[in-house]
Order: sequence, then structure tokens, then C-alpha cells
Amino acid sequence: MNKWEDNRAWFLVIPVFIIVAFSAILPLMTVVNYSVQDIFGPGDRMFVGVEWFKEVLGDSRLHEALLKQFLFSGLVLLIEIPLGIGIALLMPKKGWGSSLSLVLMALPLLIPWNVIGTIWIVFTRPDIGLLGSFINGMGIPFDHTASPIQAWITLILMEVWHWTPLVVLLAYAGLRAIPEAYFQAAKIDGASAWAVFKYIQLPKMRGVLTIAILLRFMDSFLIYAEPFVLTGGGPGNSTTFLSIYLVKIAVGQFDLGPAAAFSLIYFLIVLLLSWLFYQVLQNAGKGGA
Amino acid sequence: MAQINLNKIAHSYIKNPKSDSDYALKLIDNIWDDGGAYALLGPSGCGKTTLLNIISGLLVPSKGRILFDGKDVTELPPEKRNIAQVFQFPVLYDTMSVFDNLAFPLRNRGFDEDSVKKRVLEIAEVLDLTPFLDKKAAGLAADAKQKISLGRGLVRSDVAAILFDEPLTVIDPNLKWQLRCKLKEIHEQLKLTLIYVTHDQVEALTFADKVVVMYGGEIVQIGTPQELFENPSHKFVGYFIGSPGMNFLPCKVDGNMAVIQDINGVMMKNNAIAQNVGIPLNDYLSKLASKASGHLELGIRPLYLRVHANEVNGSLKAKVKSLQDHGNFKILTAILAGHTLRARLDEEDKAIIGAEDVWLEFPIDWIRLFSKERLLK
Repeated sequence: MNKWEDNRAWFLVIPVFIIVAFSAILPLMTVVNYSVQDIFGPGDRMFVGVEWFKEVLGDSRLHEALLKQFLFSGLVLLIEIPLGIGIALLMPKKGWGSSLSLVLMALPLLIPWNVIGTIWIVFTRPDIGLLGSFINGMGIPFDHTASPIQAWITLILMEVWHWTPLVVLLAYAGLRAIPEAYFQAAKIDGASAWAVFKYIQLPKMRGVLTIAILLRFMDSFLIYAEPFVLTGGGPGNSTTFLSIYLVKIAVGQFDLGPAAAFSLIYFLIVLLLSWLFYQVLQNAGKGGA
Repeated sequence: MAQINLNKIAHSYIKNPKSDSDYALKLIDNIWDDGGAYALLGPSGCGKTTLLNIISGLLVPSKGRILFDGKDVTELPPEKRNIAQVFQFPVLYDTMSVFDNLAFPLRNRGFDEDSVKKRVLEIAEVLDLTPFLDKKAAGLAADAKQKISLGRGLVRSDVAAILFDEPLTVIDPNLKWQLRCKLKEIHEQLKLTLIYVTHDQVEALTFADKVVVMYGGEIVQIGTPQELFENPSHKFVGYFIGSPGMNFLPCKVDGNMAVIQDINGVMMKNNAIAQNVGIPLNDYLSKLASKASGHLELGIRPLYLRVHANEVNGSLKAKVKSLQDHGNFKILTAILAGHTLRARLDEEDKAIIGAEDVWLEFPIDWIRLFSKERLLK
């Protein structure tokens, strides 16, 4: 009798299974399906095994895109996390100043991603853009459509402008959650501001910073809309990140098989790295206990 | 180690306080002895934490000065005052080992590593923390964590006073007792001035030489646990100290008799002879009462109120409301002229159990009189 009642409970989970199946598993299986077949047309396909995976893994342009992707995510994390923590530390703790700075911080997060790209195209245009013409006016030739380095700088600036606020908001929430007694105790112990940061604020922010780093890593590793709008992957291939290259293969060249294999590898890389980050950060504060 | 002089201290959290009620601390003028163990006892919101923060330097009082050993420290920040504080919950540097936690205040003050090590080992020994020195502080139990918080205060040999802000709140009941004993031991060993904030009277009474009872932003009484119990100088102290609190009965004093008024203010009469029924007072109290103004109240501790199953000379008849068993004693609740009285019965009296009426005797030496909430003396 008890067993029967327990089994019936599975019916309650079925809706979730159906939703997950349609939203995640079925599309993913389609991709797996494509990645092992050569498709010539509707109903005209051939099983090719790991052929596409071999082709994709040997593609030097993919290697190049992957390297650029790591460089981009690395730079973004190195700038955004310390900057975000720094801004959060400087923000007013209470009163209207706190509300105002929170609203200002949240603004870039409220803008649709392709609009961000468009804003920055206008902002950095060498002829009429506020930033672009200002830099040119100072005598430094600036045109991100011509110089790969300048394209990178512009993209990273845009990314930092767009997403540092997320880190700020998370870090700020983490800081506000530290009980006042810690700061009072530190005062009594004669701790310097640096010691307070190192021994109280930073350890207490570990949880939120883990989330911030994971989110920022995943988002920056998957970045598409902004560089697509701002640079289109150029000049040359200098800002062709993984997702831009993937779309070129899938939509531009209509190579569905390699694109599917590429997608799966991409997905696994993100999954693996996120897991690694999570493990490292979770253990960071516990070592030696 | 220091004597603490609270010189006409008052504090308000409002910028421009107008009336008395704007003050969280009204007027406090007191000198606390060097090496004394003081407990600040009072209900939530009575101003005890405010006073503690003024002593520790986290708050600068709106009025008055505070002196440590005659030196004015009113404007000094906590780190310059040589005080240590233990908070309600353990405040630790989670990423550091127990040793580093204890060494932190010394290292911040630039002591050389040899003397830091010596002092930390010494204090760890006192607090029984030696086996944990290499462990991370974060992984320890709550009582060990509170000992580390305390240890960070003790390592500094220049500490004037250690302040405790309800430090046993998060500790398991069975460990509370242990930790309290440890505190007492440390106090005797190191002769530090200890100030202990709590709303738990048992903690206060067992910990302190002197208990400072606070109520509504004022110190209503400072005394030994015995003084507070036997001669509460304010009705609040009577209620707050002792479990259950003191019984109070409004009365009028006629010669050397206290005549109880019922809840409507009518004198209690003996129906048979239509005469006022009173409780005999000693000469000292009747003299005090004759000089006192305003409404008088008679107070007696439940412990001293005697209960009889039959009428005895000078006793008053009361209706039994309930009899509660508290293990090794019982609490009898009875109604006398509409007032609820409680009595503590330590001995088993079969005749009282199940009785509808009892006779209450008020031992003459344990009666106290209050006027305008204050003890007559």
C-alpha cells in the first residue's frame, strides 16, 4: 500500500519532466542527431559517426576563436571582478545616496544587448561619436573598425560598462549582509582597512563572488550580440569569438553537421570550466581546515 | 584594568532631543570599581546596549563624560580605549586559524612575533583552546568560538575592561553554565573589570558582583544579587528579579497595619465584624509609611509569602487559582481582594493541594513598602 502511494508521487513530477524535455533535452538531442549525420536535404541524410567532430577539432580557425574567447573572458573577469568589488566598497551604505547609486548601477543592465552594441557604435564613431571624436580630437587616431587592438579595447570597454554593475550589485549585497559587529570587533582589534577587507569583507563575500564569477564567465564566454552588432567579428577575424564563428558556420555556410558538433563541444567546454570555477571557489575559503 | 567613571552621561539617537522621552539613556552618573564584575540587566530597549557602546567607544554620548582611571576617553575611538568586546554571536576571522585569530590584535599593534606567540599560548591555556590552535576558527563549535572572541580581548595585557553583549545567546544551555564558570574563573584569575550585558537574570546574578538594573533608559538599582532580591529599590526590580516576580498590593497604612485595597480601591473588610483587615507592619515600616506621600504598595517575594491550609493568627484568606509544579517546588497562584498573588511552596503540604481557599501570612520582616514605584527606606 505504501509503495503504491510513493509511486504515485511521480505523477506530480511529470509536468516538470515534460517542460525540461521540450526546453532542454529535445533540442539538445536534435543537435546530437545532426552532429553525427551528413544532411543533404529533407529525408536525405547519412550517418557519419564522429566525422564532424574530427573536422571541427582540427579546424585552425576554431582554435583561434577559442583562444580569443579565453583571452576575452579572462580579461573581462580580471577587470570586472576587482572593479565591481571596488565600486561596491565605495558606494554609500545608507540614505538616498545608496538608492541613487543602486539605480545608476542597474541602468546598463536594463538595456537590451543588441541596443548596447548600437549605442556603442554611435558612441565610438570616429566622426560623430562622443568618445570616438574626443579621442581623435586629442590627436590619437581612433577607429575600431580599422584597428584590431582598438576593436578589442572598445569591446572590452563596452563589456565592462555593461556588466560590471552586475558584479557591483552582487558584491554590494554581500557587503551589506555582514553584521555590524564584525566591523566593531575589527575596530577594537585595531585592524587596518586593508585587514578588514582581507579578513572580513572578502571572505564574507565568497558566496556572492562565486556567483558573480560564474555568471560573468559564462556570459562573456557565450558573448554574441554585442560584438556582432559592434564589429561583426572584424576587422578581419580579430573579434570573431566562438559564437560568432559558430553562427557563420551554421547560418552563413549552412554546414549543419559541423555546426552541431561545434555546439556540443562549446557546451561541454562551458560546462567543464564552470564546474572547475565553482569547485575552486568553494574550496578557496576552506583550505587547511 | 580600570575604574570606569560615567560622569552625567545621557544619550539620544535623535539629533536635537527635546523631551525626556527622546533620550535612550537618561542621566547616568556612576563610578564602577576597578576589577569588578558588573552585569547590566534589563529588558530589551532599556538602554543597556547603548550604555555598553558608550563605554566601548562605538558611541559618543550626547551629554556627559566618560573616564577610565580618571582619564577622559569620551571622544576616543574603541581602538584607543583599551577595551575588548565580546558580541552576541561569535565574531571571528573565518579564514584564520585559532592562533592567528588570537594573535590578530597583538600583530595589529606591532608586537614582535616572539611575544605574540608567548601571550597567545598563555591565553589559549587559560581558555582551554590549546588543542585547537592550529585549526581554522570557522569549523569550531559556538562555545569555542565565543571563547576565541573573548581571547582576542584577553591577549592584550593593556585591556582596561572587557565588555560582553549577551555573549551566551547562541550557546547551548548545558554549555552556558560551563562558559559562565569559565568567565568567573578568568575574572578571579586576571582581575579584569568585566561588564556583562544580559536580559537573563540568572546569568546576571551568577556572573556579577554587582548587578546594574536598567529600566527605561535609567539605572534603577545597583547592588549585589542579594540586595536586589531582598530590597528592590524600584517596583521594576521587584518584578524583574526573581521568578516569579514580587507580589504587589495597593494599601493604606493605618498605624502599624497595612490595609489592603481591592482592585476598585475599596478597603478590604472582614465581613463578619465590618472592620478593616490589615497586615501587621514593623515599627520601621509604619514610621516610613507615615512620612510617605502618594499611593502606597506593599510588596513581598513569593518565596517569603507563607501559605497555610487553615487560618492562623494574622493571615488573610485567599482563593486558590492554580498550583503549578516546577519540579522541586510549586507555585501557588491565589486571588486576594481581586489581586493575584504568587507564593512559592518548597515543602509538600498535602492540605494545600486541592484546597479551594488558603490563608496567606505575610512575615513581618519580608514586607516592603513602595511609594511612586520606589522602595521606602
